[in-house]
Amino acid sequence: MQTTLTVNGEERRLDHDVRTSLLDALRDHLGLTGTKKGCDHGQCGACTILLNGKRINACLTLAAMHEGDEVTTIEGLGTPEAMSPLQSAFVTCDGYQCGFCTAGQIMSATGMLAELKEGMPSHVSPSLSEGSEMTDPEVAERMSGNLCRCSAYPFIREAIAMASEDK
Amino acid sequence: MRDFTYLRATDADAAAEALGPEASIIAGGTNLLDLMKLQIMTPERLVDITRIDGLSTIEEDGDGLRIGALVSNAALAADSRIRAGYPVLSRAILAGASGQIRNKATTGGNLLQRTRCPYFYDTAMACNKRAPGTGCAAQEGAGRMLAVFGTSEHCLAAHPSDMAVGLRVLGATVEVRAADGALRTLALDEFYTLPGDRPDIETTLAPDEIITAVVLPAPRAGSVQAYRKVRDRASYAFALVSVAAVVEMDGDRIGKVDLAFGGVGPRPWAGDDVAAALAGETPDEALFRRAAGALEPDRAPHPDAAFKLPLLRRTLVAVLREATGLAEASPGTDHAKDAA
Repeated sequence: MQTTLTVNGEERRLDHDVRTSLLDALRDHLGLTGTKKGCDHGQCGACTILLNGKRINACLTLAAMHEGDEVTTIEGLGTPEAMSPLQSAFVTCDGYQCGFCTAGQIMSATGMLAELKEGMPSHVSPSLSEGSEMTDPEVAERMSGNLCRCSAYPFIREAIAMASEDK
Repeated sequence: MRDFTYLRATDADAAAEALGPEASIIAGGTNLLDLMKLQIMTPERLVDITRIDGLSTIEEDGDGLRIGALVSNAALAADSRIRAGYPVLSRAILAGASGQIRNKATTGGNLLQRTRCPYFYDTAMACNKRAPGTGCAAQEGAGRMLAVFGTSEHCLAAHPSDMAVGLRVLGATVEVRAADGALRTLALDEFYTLPGDRPDIETTLAPDEIITAVVLPAPRAGSVQAYRKVRDRASYAFALVSVAAVVEMDGDRIGKVDLAFGGVGPRPWAGDDVAAALAGETPDEALFRRAAGALEPDRAPHPDAAFKLPLLRRTLVAVLREATGLAEASPGTDHAKDAA
């Protein structure tokens, strides 16, 4: 079957099996291998992308369902010469060890900071109505859908805090 | 994943026409696709309802709110009217899953998500829910996550939803549409069935019916609402037990109370008897302990899950302390206002 979607600002037409996940479509059909396949079950967050501006697990949705949708992957966030604030902060803070989870961490943090800016509360927010401070417990809670098997969490939190101050 | 045909429904009639025993609705897909990859669910036809108009908004409905079936969990938790008037629902949703999942998962899909019982997930094991008539491997197996209320000799699985526990304590109803367009409105206890000897049947939905909305009654301004979830890690884990409470005070005495419990039953488990024992009384630790002590399952729990009973009782006492002002409120306990 065929699906047309906009990936990183460019219209892309796919010819694919109906079972193809959005993740496999990005990696195997479009060659955008920055998005990683970890668990393929929504538990690790390595495949996090932005779908119409919201962070989601690309492994838990079908390409067929996204006709006309807008997808942003790590390749669309910045370039080595012009990194996004989060990409830059991860480099500065050494927010990784092996790097496999990094694209998902950065895409998830990109979506998470936008949610925070919109005033979305979290499980640990003291108040539902007053917005949330960028504390370590808030970042840990909001990023709990992204695992780092190297356990670089302290530096990941530091990088996210740095990028959020830049904005 | 087994092959299937895919149909993108443009309206509810087209969706209803394509439904049937071999078909499955797909919306957020966060649970269904996981199950299809593992071949725990093998629908022959997927009916994508995400492009149907009118199912993605939260609208006023009399004094209450009508939540479209396609409203995402994230959007529902963040809605200013829900945060103000129904804080226990925001808190319950925010206690579940991850940021990514909540952005994709829908209101209707959350209600219809399947159990995370390990024997349901292991296709090499007997499971009456996955393969009717094969038996229940959980009965003699390991069972830390199993239910303690409402179980049967055929199934010990717990319902995994946090959102549904928030909806149950608020007295929400589910609006269901049949193929001929007829609407039914069901309380959650009418929507969900108990396992009995047919654990594969989980709701009273007919094969051609779809959930169109969840309806909340008028907000209870002035009530204290709490959702407390106890789990094996701080975030992104299913509840061992959870307690949802809506407490209204009448001067120094407890007024109307509603309670619902998660992680302990095959559906969000109502605590009506415990709530009734609290109404009209003066808040007091001994009262709370006595009321919580009345929580007793009909069947002896699986030995591995028996710890859930004292855990549930203690969690309930802690929630009641905060909700009645005997202890300082922690995150998860909020005062409801008029829905702004």
